[in-house]
Amino acid sequence: MKKTYKIEVDCANCANKMEDAAKHTAGVKDATVNFMTLKMAVEFEEGADAKAVMQDVLKNCKKVEDDCEIYL
Amino acid sequence: MNQKQKKVLIRIIAAAACILILELLPIEGVLKFALYMIPYLVIGYDILKKAGKGILNRQVFDENFLMAVATVGAILLGEYTEGVAVMLFYQIGELFQSYAVGKSRKNISELMDIRPDYANVAGEDGTLVQVDPDEVEIGSLIVVEPGEKVPIDGVIVEGKTTLNTSALTGESVPQDAGAGDSIISGCINMTGVLKIKTTKEFGESTVSKILDLVENASSKKSRSENFISKFAKYYTPAVCYGAVALAVLPPLVRLLFLGLSPQWGDWVFRALTFLVISCPCALVISIPLSFFAGIGGAGNAGVLVKGSNYLETLSQTKYVVFDKTGTMTEGVFEVSGVHHAEMEQGKLLEYAALAECHSSHPISKSLQKAYGKPLDASRVTEVEEIGGNGVVAKVDGVSVAAGNERLMERLGIPCAQCHSVGTIVHMAVDGAYAGHILISDRIKPNAKEAIAALKTAGVKKTVMLTGDRKEVGRQVAKELGIDEVHCELLPGDKVAKVEELLQAKSEKEKLAFVGDGINDAPVLSRADIGIAMGALGSDAAIEAADIVLMDDDPKKIAKAIRISEKCLRIVYENIIFAIGIKLVCLILGALGIANMWAAIFADVGVMVIAVLNAIRALNVKRL
Repeated sequence: MKKTYKIEVDCANCANKMEDAAKHTAGVKDATVNFMTLKMAVEFEEGADAKAVMQDVLKNCKKVEDDCEIYL
Repeated sequence: MNQKQKKVLIRIIAAAACILILELLPIEGVLKFALYMIPYLVIGYDILKKAGKGILNRQVFDENFLMAVATVGAILLGEYTEGVAVMLFYQIGELFQSYAVGKSRKNISELMDIRPDYANVAGEDGTLVQVDPDEVEIGSLIVVEPGEKVPIDGVIVEGKTTLNTSALTGESVPQDAGAGDSIISGCINMTGVLKIKTTKEFGESTVSKILDLVENASSKKSRSENFISKFAKYYTPAVCYGAVALAVLPPLVRLLFLGLSPQWGDWVFRALTFLVISCPCALVISIPLSFFAGIGGAGNAGVLVKGSNYLETLSQTKYVVFDKTGTMTEGVFEVSGVHHAEMEQGKLLEYAALAECHSSHPISKSLQKAYGKPLDASRVTEVEEIGGNGVVAKVDGVSVAAGNERLMERLGIPCAQCHSVGTIVHMAVDGAYAGHILISDRIKPNAKEAIAALKTAGVKKTVMLTGDRKEVGRQVAKELGIDEVHCELLPGDKVAKVEELLQAKSEKEKLAFVGDGINDAPVLSRADIGIAMGALGSDAAIEAADIVLMDDDPKKIAKAIRISEKCLRIVYENIIFAIGIKLVCLILGALGIANMWAAIFADVGVMVIAVLNAIRALNVKRL
């Protein structure tokens, strides 16, 4: 399952860090952050609960870049 | 400017004013420190906060940390003005970056602004209701007034107009359309009121597909982008350790081995300068931005690029392989003669049209068109299509074979040679040769120029593949100036031929295959880069190709290559420029030649220049 979320982040390097953080979240198969369109595309693992996983993704992203937002 | 940016701007002005006043005041000691803390905290409190949080979250080496360390260090050394100024200029740089990126984001999306905001659905009593295009069901009647965008794909039921397709195809010549024509979303209705019956949902309509594609394009990252991400990952910690070494090692060496005074302050200050220079943001932002602008510019010219990686590959294209039909030629076949007919010509055509009535191949279509009467498919039984050969079927119980020479050989029927140039459909009726039908295709008006333009764009070799006969293929190739031609290929042979060509070339030179998306999906995906043309409205082609030319003008191939070359040139310029200036400044900083001001230029100035340079990729009009 693949979903796209709108995000808010200020710098390109931070976007890269968010991508990394999202990729290493349990339940996420793959993630790409597009800084130019301010979108995060997340591919979930089979059977993962997208909502719960996204909460973790947000938490992990906040860890690497405090000043970011994912609109769930 | 958005709210956030305005707030930062106010802080910048306040802090700058404050520091100017403080410069004029004759203050010393603790009072000076306390007063300078005011502008420092006004401008830098969020950076300090973020740096603190970063340390708590074990994300130490980010730019906030660098800035915090550099400025706190400067203040501890008594360089108050410098400390505040570094923070001030860092914020100015950040503001400018966020403004420039936001601006370019807007420019690019405006360029691709084909998203319709609403659809006018006609009610039963003739009233119009404005709704979100997403809510319109298949089969609804919608009305498009002059000046409006067509929101959803459909068929024109009523009305006559001229359509502007430039936002989709980059083609500025308007097209006429009338009742019965199918119409794609994203065109602008210029003259008349149209009533359209929708055939797709909004999400499946051309305009949504294109927007999706463009918006997701930069998710497929190019090698340069991956290189930069990796580079930034190692670079920042490396610079931090370098700075620590710079602060500690030289003074120790001076103290222990040379017997000189350690000059701690001097070396720590150099280390801080080092830190300010090091921020990788110029690189990290300008590379994806260049690609994004390049993809946006290409989209505006009617060239859809599905990812930055494809733009990168396209710029290295040295071999271009074409399909003939539909790519170099119009793909609109006309029956231009019936030769050696053993029966009445009309009868022979009728047999041919019926035997091929289940096929949507352009050749079959032309037979059906030449026959001109409605076809009764129930008269045809036992249809067997033989890929690359033709078709065998029973028409009214009589066995009919229609196809090329190979089919006749296969059936063991001797056939008459034809000396005219074109596609020949040999016919056998009831096991005996019954004559052949000559079908010919026109070369596209721009095809010759397109090949010449490819040569100027640096393409080494052009190759044409066709399932057609040698006479036809060779003549077309000769007329167009194509270097190499392979004829009489079955669909599978085309893949094999492309593989052969892929092996023969060196790794660095890329091979592009250009097709019209019909029947050549495997080849499109096998080539280094697959280009589908005339793809407007053809979902299969949009799916299979890496680059989609929205109209069927072959000159766009060369244009696409030039766009990619320009974009990649800008990318390399930015990489070399940013890394180069940073390295020079790092060395000068370590030697104590570059002061804090040079450091700030190396950070902010380089980034601003790189961003401005990246935006140039958007301009592809004159390529």
